[in-house]
Amino acid sequence: MATTRVTLEHSPESLPDAQGHFGPYGGVYVPETLMTALEELEEAYEAARRDEAFQNEFAHYLREFAGRPTELYFAERLTEHCGGAKIYFKREDLLHTGAHKINNALGQALLARRMGKRRVIAETGAGQHGVATAAVCARFGLECTIYMGAVDMERQALNVFRMRLMGAEVRGVEAGQKTLKEAINEAMRDWVTNVRTTHYILGTVYGAHPYPMMVRDFHRVIGREARAQILEREGRLPDELVACVGGGSNAMGLFFEFLPDADVAMWGVEAGGRGIAPGEHAARFEGGRLGVLQGCKTYLLQNEDGQIELTHSVSAGLDYAAVGPEHTYYRDLGRIQFTYATDDEVLEAFQLCSRLEGIIPALESTHAIVHGIKRARALGRDGIVLVNLSGRGDKDVQQVARLLGEKA
Amino acid sequence: MDRISAAFAKARSENRACFVAYLCAGDPDFETSVACCRELVEAGTDILELGVPFSDPVADGLTNQLAAQRALESGMTLEKVYELAREVRGFTDIPIIFYTYYNLVYASGLSRNLAKVREAGVDGLLTLDLPPEEAGEMLEASRAEGLKNIFIVAPTTTERRLSKIAEVASGFVYYVSREGVTGERDSVASGLKEAMARIRKAIDLPTVVGFGISRREHVRQVAAVADGVVVGSALVNCIRDHLGDREAILRALRAKADDLVAGLRATEP
Repeated sequence: MATTRVTLEHSPESLPDAQGHFGPYGGVYVPETLMTALEELEEAYEAARRDEAFQNEFAHYLREFAGRPTELYFAERLTEHCGGAKIYFKREDLLHTGAHKINNALGQALLARRMGKRRVIAETGAGQHGVATAAVCARFGLECTIYMGAVDMERQALNVFRMRLMGAEVRGVEAGQKTLKEAINEAMRDWVTNVRTTHYILGTVYGAHPYPMMVRDFHRVIGREARAQILEREGRLPDELVACVGGGSNAMGLFFEFLPDADVAMWGVEAGGRGIAPGEHAARFEGGRLGVLQGCKTYLLQNEDGQIELTHSVSAGLDYAAVGPEHTYYRDLGRIQFTYATDDEVLEAFQLCSRLEGIIPALESTHAIVHGIKRARALGRDGIVLVNLSGRGDKDVQQVARLLGEKA
Repeated sequence: MDRISAAFAKARSENRACFVAYLCAGDPDFETSVACCRELVEAGTDILELGVPFSDPVADGLTNQLAAQRALESGMTLEKVYELAREVRGFTDIPIIFYTYYNLVYASGLSRNLAKVREAGVDGLLTLDLPPEEAGEMLEASRAEGLKNIFIVAPTTTERRLSKIAEVASGFVYYVSREGVTGERDSVASGLKEAMARIRKAIDLPTVVGFGISRREHVRQVAAVADGVVVGSALVNCIRDHLGDREAILRALRAKADDLVAGLRATEP
């Protein structure tokens, strides 16, 4: 598990290229019906990112509506418990609506408003992106429809109610495995049908260009803050960063500012589920291979023919067959390393973190804690590990209670 | 002359549009699917589009999603789709087009798959989620096998995109007459004549029109302005409505196809 120093040939800022490629990954693989909308979106986003007024407006709402900046918190008792490196949490769980997802939802809602689109759709897995989108739509008076797999609606019932409270329509998706992948399919179908009036707020660094780039940019604030905060607290950069990776938005948001810092190692933690066997996990870099799904080329869990495989994770937000193309690119280069945490490890760390720190982490983020603990032990007392605590676990307590009850 | 050009030439010589029929390969099972294709050919189908069932068909409406699901559940694999095409090729000379998603062509080896597609007697592919921008590898590999690449034109397609499509398309182009996913509609889109004029100005290939054509009256309207009329969901529904009864499926499908094909000739004065 030793880390190696990697110097990048291309500046992270220069990627993706104009066609949305990160090396061989990414791109635009969508039906022709969406191509014009994606071109318009790219144009609008390029204009917005260069527009100081837009950036100021985004920063304003991040501060006043979302609650930025978030704290960098020293997890003292967890550190003592592990007896190794100092463990810091980037507290994205303290944001309004409970997770980092609000950064991107805000950015894209402002963009939709700027583009004159009055209707917004989104997919959601754990419900955190759906709740964030519902909140910003309520705030800006946009019509909002959220697609969510029927299985996820059941395991995240509280978030369904939250979205409805804020005026969103939540449409259950009954197709296939009834989780995040099917919700994205359905949102894409809606967008294909209503493309002239509707903006699709995709919730992760995934899909067709410009989404992976745009969503990354809206989350870059995580790493920007964290970098300044750790320098202020410790006078140096951390040895390692750890974040969970479903599509990979919180991870890319944290990692991006550190990519040129060759001495800072980075770990993406995928969902190991019940173990690495087909249908039992969502660790794309363990059991996956190259393919094209839902707009981009990247690593997928798929069978021999290219049919997408079933996935499993205790956390709905990581229960997805594909991973963001920028992650795949940096994995090839060895700049980001990937590993996984199993459901059992996650349930244990969920309780440990709650008990020692008084912080109930989201099951997604707990995957990062599991590996953060391992790295802290490996690095020893001089080290610093920075874990992205991407969301809070309030949404998960019922499910965990049920799972622990079953085990008892 | 290749089979696709021949099909359009034949229809033109008969002063009518082509009838393009879509079914999902292996829906509801291999044997029935082959028999369905035979009915469509006998009813006068000019071009057969075979859907390659995919687990995540983002461009398809519920009717075709369920058809793909039935096919996959009946045990369809890529090998069996190729085998099915070979069987159909055994009794007809009309063009066969695969209607597919890029991962099914790409993930298990582009060249290897396209060689098998060609060997199965298939003439071309319409890859729904492969726009011209990403089609480089596919075009090269298709040319090596002598396969055509059919591209979609949408109501939202700009002039600039039309010329991009013109550069890469071969065989024919497929105009989706309205935004949205596949499925039956009550009426076909308005403004079709203008759209066809716009496409013909940019692209020198026959243009077929699809998405939502389900009645003889629709066929009549579209055949008056297009080189071909695509019917999919209306045929797939004949399967869905009679699941478990092969004879009933074949009867319903034949009756529907006969009715729709009759609409082709109704354009003459």
